[in-house]
Amino acid sequence: MRFFSFAWNWIKQPQQWHGSEGIPVRILEQLYYTGLSLIIAALIAIPLGILIGHTGRGAVLVVNIANAWRAIPTLALLVLLTIWLGFSVLAWLTPLVVLGIPPILVNVYEGVAGVDPELRDAARGMGMTPWQQVRKVEVPVAMPLIVLGLRTGAIFVVATATIAAYIGLGGLGRYIIDGLAVNNYGEVAGGALFVVLLALAVQALFVGVRRAVVPKGLRQQGRTS
Amino acid sequence: MDWSAVPGLTWESAYLGIVPALIGLVVSLPLGIACARWRWLYGPVLSATSVLYALPSLALFIVLIPYTGLTDTTVIIPLTLFSLCVLVPAVVDGMRSVPDPVRQAATAMGFGTLRRLVQVELPVAVPIVIAGLRVAMVSSISLASVGQLIGVSSLGYLIVDGYQRDFPTEIYVGGGLLIALALVCDLLLVLLRRALTPWRPRRARREVPEVLIGQPAPAFPRGAA
Repeated sequence: MRFFSFAWNWIKQPQQWHGSEGIPVRILEQLYYTGLSLIIAALIAIPLGILIGHTGRGAVLVVNIANAWRAIPTLALLVLLTIWLGFSVLAWLTPLVVLGIPPILVNVYEGVAGVDPELRDAARGMGMTPWQQVRKVEVPVAMPLIVLGLRTGAIFVVATATIAAYIGLGGLGRYIIDGLAVNNYGEVAGGALFVVLLALAVQALFVGVRRAVVPKGLRQQGRTS
Repeated sequence: MDWSAVPGLTWESAYLGIVPALIGLVVSLPLGIACARWRWLYGPVLSATSVLYALPSLALFIVLIPYTGLTDTTVIIPLTLFSLCVLVPAVVDGMRSVPDPVRQAATAMGFGTLRRLVQVELPVAVPIVIAGLRVAMVSSISLASVGQLIGVSSLGYLIVDGYQRDFPTEIYVGGGLLIALALVCDLLLVLLRRALTPWRPRRARREVPEVLIGQPAPAFPRGAA
C-alpha cells in the first residue's frame, strides 16, 4: 500500500498539524466552503423544487437543466470566473453553488411531484390550505428524496471545492495542488487521504440526517418503482 | 492560438470519457442482472457504488498514481467506478421494467433463461440502460478534464494552459469543445437507442428514469454510508 505509506509519512510530521497551513485549519476551511455553498444552494433549490413539484409548472425545464448541467466542465467554469473576476469570493462561490443546485432541485421536485395523488386528495379533503398541504404532507413524504438531493449536492460541492484549490482556494485541495507543483508526493497523498476521509464523513452525516428527518411511517418501506 | 494540438486533445478527451462509460456498462450488465434476480444483493452493491461515487475525482487520481503512474489508466479507473453508481441502477430498473406477462410469454414459447434474457429482457431494458449510459458518458467526459491537473492530457490542457497564460480564448475553446463533445456523444446514444428499439414511438411519454434523478433508484441503502 504505497499510497498509504506516502500519506502516513507526511501526516505524522508534527509541523503539518500547526499554523495557518496546518491540517486542522485546512479541514475547517474545506468544511466552511462546502457548508456555505451547500446552504446557499439549498436555500435556492429547495423552495424552487417544492414550488415546481407542487404546481407541476416548469417540470420539463428542471429535468433538462439537470441533464445539461452534467456536461459543464467544472475546471473551465472555475478558471474562467477567476480570469473574469480575479480571485474573489464570487469566483469560487458561484461555481460551487451552481454545481450544487441541480441535484437538490431535481430530487426535491421529484419527491414532491411524486407524492401519491390520493394522499393529496385526502389532505385537501381534510380542509388543508395549500400551504398546509405542502408543509404537513408533501414535504414530509418527499423527505427521503430531499435528503438524497442534499447528499448528492454535497458530493459535488466537496469534489469541486477540492479542485478549486487550483484557482487559489484554501482547504484540503491546497495540499494536492501545492504538492503536485513541487513534486512532493507525500503532501499530495496526505491531502488526498484527508479529502477522501472528509467525503466519507459527509456521506455518513447525511445517513444520520436521513434517520433524523425522515418520518417514521416512511422509514421501513423500500421505494417501489 | 495554436490549433494544431486541438484534434489530438479532442480525441484524448473522447477516449477518456467514452472508455470508462463502456467498461462501466460491461461491468454493470452482469452485476445489474444479478441484482435484479437476487434482490438481497442490490442493497450492498448500491451502498458500495454510492460510497465510491462520493469520493472526489482528484483525490482518487492521486491515490492511484503510485500504482498506475501518470497514465490514462489513472483517470479511467475512477471514472469507471463513478459510472457504476448510475449504470447498475439503470440495468436493474431496466430489467424491472420488463412486464411480467412478457416474461411469461417468452417462457411459454419455450425460451430458456439465457435466450429470454438476450432476446426479450435486454431489448426491453434498452431505453433505461441507455438513459443511464448517457448520464455516465456525459459526466465522465466533463470529469476527465480534471485529469489535466495531474498531467493526463485532454481538452483540459487548453483550460489549464489558458489559465496559466491568462489567455481566455484558449479556455473558451477547451470548455466549448468539451461541451460539444458531450452533446455529440449524447446525441449518438439517443440515435443508438432509436436504432435498437424501432418498435417504440418516436416521442415517448415523458418519463424520468430513476437514474436521471442523480443517484440510484431505491437510493437509501440502509446501514452503510
